[in-house]
Amino acid sequence: MRIRLLMVLFVLLPLSALAETAEEKGLAIAVEADKRDTGWHDSKSELEMVLRNKNGDESQRAMRNKSLEVEGDGDKTLIVFDAPKDVKGTAFLSFTHAVKPDDQWLYLPALKRVKRISSSNKSGPFMGSEFAYEDISSQEIEKYKYKYIKDEAIDGRPTFLVERYPQYKNSGYTRQLAWIDQETYRVTKVEFYDRKDSLLKTLTYHDYKKYLEQYWRAHRMEMINHQTGKSTTLAWKDFSFNTGLTERDFDKNSLKRAR
Amino acid sequence: MSGFASLLERSARWFAFSAVPVAVKHFVLVSLIFLSTNVAALEKSEWSGAVAAEYRFFFEDPVDPRQHGNNASAWFEPQYYAEWSQGRQSFLFVPFGRVDQGDDERTHADIREAIWTYAAPQWELRAGIGKVFWGVTEAVHLVDIINQTDLVENPDGEEKLGQPMVNLAWIQNWGTLDFFVLPYFRERTFPGVNGRLRPSPPVDLDNPVYESSAERNHIDYAARWSHFIGDWDLGVSVFNGTSRIPVLNPGLDGNGQPALIPFYPLITQFGLDAQATIGSWLWKLEAIHVSAKADSFYAATGGLEYSFFGVFESAADIGLLFEYTYDQRKDLAPTPFQNDILWAVRLALNDEQSTELLVGIVRDLERTEHTLSLEASRRLGSSWTLGVEARGFSSSVAGTPTYAVRQDDYLQVEIAYHF
Repeated sequence: MRIRLLMVLFVLLPLSALAETAEEKGLAIAVEADKRDTGWHDSKSELEMVLRNKNGDESQRAMRNKSLEVEGDGDKTLIVFDAPKDVKGTAFLSFTHAVKPDDQWLYLPALKRVKRISSSNKSGPFMGSEFAYEDISSQEIEKYKYKYIKDEAIDGRPTFLVERYPQYKNSGYTRQLAWIDQETYRVTKVEFYDRKDSLLKTLTYHDYKKYLEQYWRAHRMEMINHQTGKSTTLAWKDFSFNTGLTERDFDKNSLKRAR
Repeated sequence: MSGFASLLERSARWFAFSAVPVAVKHFVLVSLIFLSTNVAALEKSEWSGAVAAEYRFFFEDPVDPRQHGNNASAWFEPQYYAEWSQGRQSFLFVPFGRVDQGDDERTHADIREAIWTYAAPQWELRAGIGKVFWGVTEAVHLVDIINQTDLVENPDGEEKLGQPMVNLAWIQNWGTLDFFVLPYFRERTFPGVNGRLRPSPPVDLDNPVYESSAERNHIDYAARWSHFIGDWDLGVSVFNGTSRIPVLNPGLDGNGQPALIPFYPLITQFGLDAQATIGSWLWKLEAIHVSAKADSFYAATGGLEYSFFGVFESAADIGLLFEYTYDQRKDLAPTPFQNDILWAVRLALNDEQSTELLVGIVRDLERTEHTLSLEASRRLGSSWTLGVEARGFSSSVAGTPTYAVRQDDYLQVEIAYHF
């Protein structure tokens, strides 16, 4: 009985593949990308940001990031700022969620004060950069609706071009165009369209390296704002995975100890 | 030349009259020796900090001719941090010192922090001089009681003195339980005879009166449960010991001059703090019940904050704050906040220079009394910050805390270097 059922399924499979809509294919690509990036448990890394205005004036930011993978929910992240010096020791704790608002706390070391902050500023700039909070938040499947557009080659590599529409509240975007590498399912490029559906920003991913023989991480991201002429380079280094971090490293007590 | 000599003399005063207890000094010394002999084992060891110069312009002549006019001041706050045994143990050392042109009491030094921490999976232990903040509101911090206010620093009372403590935090999935043993009491600082922004007559700082016969060696205890459940962050606390807020009784100082004599009663304070973070709204509440030999009372403060993010198609955020404070003692309360309303606007440009502005007004609902305040800051380059602060006081009721400073409206400009 079971065997017969399986045979029926095999016969039907190619048919269903043919009948797959652009939305289903878009979702399937997102599901596959998510599957391939599951199981890293926790990670630590260091970040440097270079902010450039349209006159080319630069300013630097430095921070350290810890992340914990949460099954069935968004990741937990703790970011500690090292530069500029006046915000050194300031720390940001975030419990991200797929669709419901994230839980966020800010630690102000001069006052020793932990402040729960509103996470409604999804579209607000992170540290004055061209990255919005929603750009650096963990990417969960449920955050978007998807639509596969076409195959396209980027730098000679075949990619899927997928359009995604934010499903969470307070996004600054009507839609994003994402180019996803067909072989590795890593993101190559994203275009962000603002609330008036004009092209706002382009993000490109560079210097990918593979960790634990599975997880691809870009070591440089370039965000260009087409409307203001400003740009931000986000450089990542010293990635480590499966370092033994637990929930306890992402609570308010740890936030107060973060350095 | 005389300026330099007086600076030296003031520096000497810091150490001679330093209020830091001997046991704590020993602790710091032993810790530093321990650290220096274990440098190889340290996984992290770094200095940072800030140094700043400020100038206050006063718009009117002082109420008391002994008080100074426009005033220059400078402060220095370095910070040493070390970490070892896979980050489980750490030591933080934060001394602070200020030199003030016009007020000898504002020229002072303190150890803000000198604290060792051990962090285990289920608990954290701290010992040394520490700083702890409890609470959620902005206008007044009722629940926050561990550290004494360093009032000479700023009339807003946000600056705190280091508090000797042993703190055990027990961390469970139902929240964190903190226990504190506070073996030494720090007196509140007040501006001196020549200082502005002080009560009138001045506070006699040399002869405080304590309810406890152990005086400043009375051992205080505190405990707090805190947790977050969904949109709610909650805290319930209890404190038993010497009140951080003195009762100021009229009397005479050592020279027979009229002065206010601080009296520090023993109290038991229960506190509740809660914040609900829902969308762009923050709902805040703090309530306390204080019982002392003389009387017992409750006080509460609460309100809300609403933020408009990305206003006028820019990156800027505007926050609107409203808070109400009530103290059951009404006019007898030793605080300007007994039946008052705060309205404030917070602007954050979210630019590369982190430009921020906070403007607020506190109005008394019964008395003709209000306080205006403005705080603004902006980063200059990568290591400097510029801060501007202005406060205006108005009161027509003699004897209120605001009445004494009615001619002390000021504008302060501060430039700080961070390293």
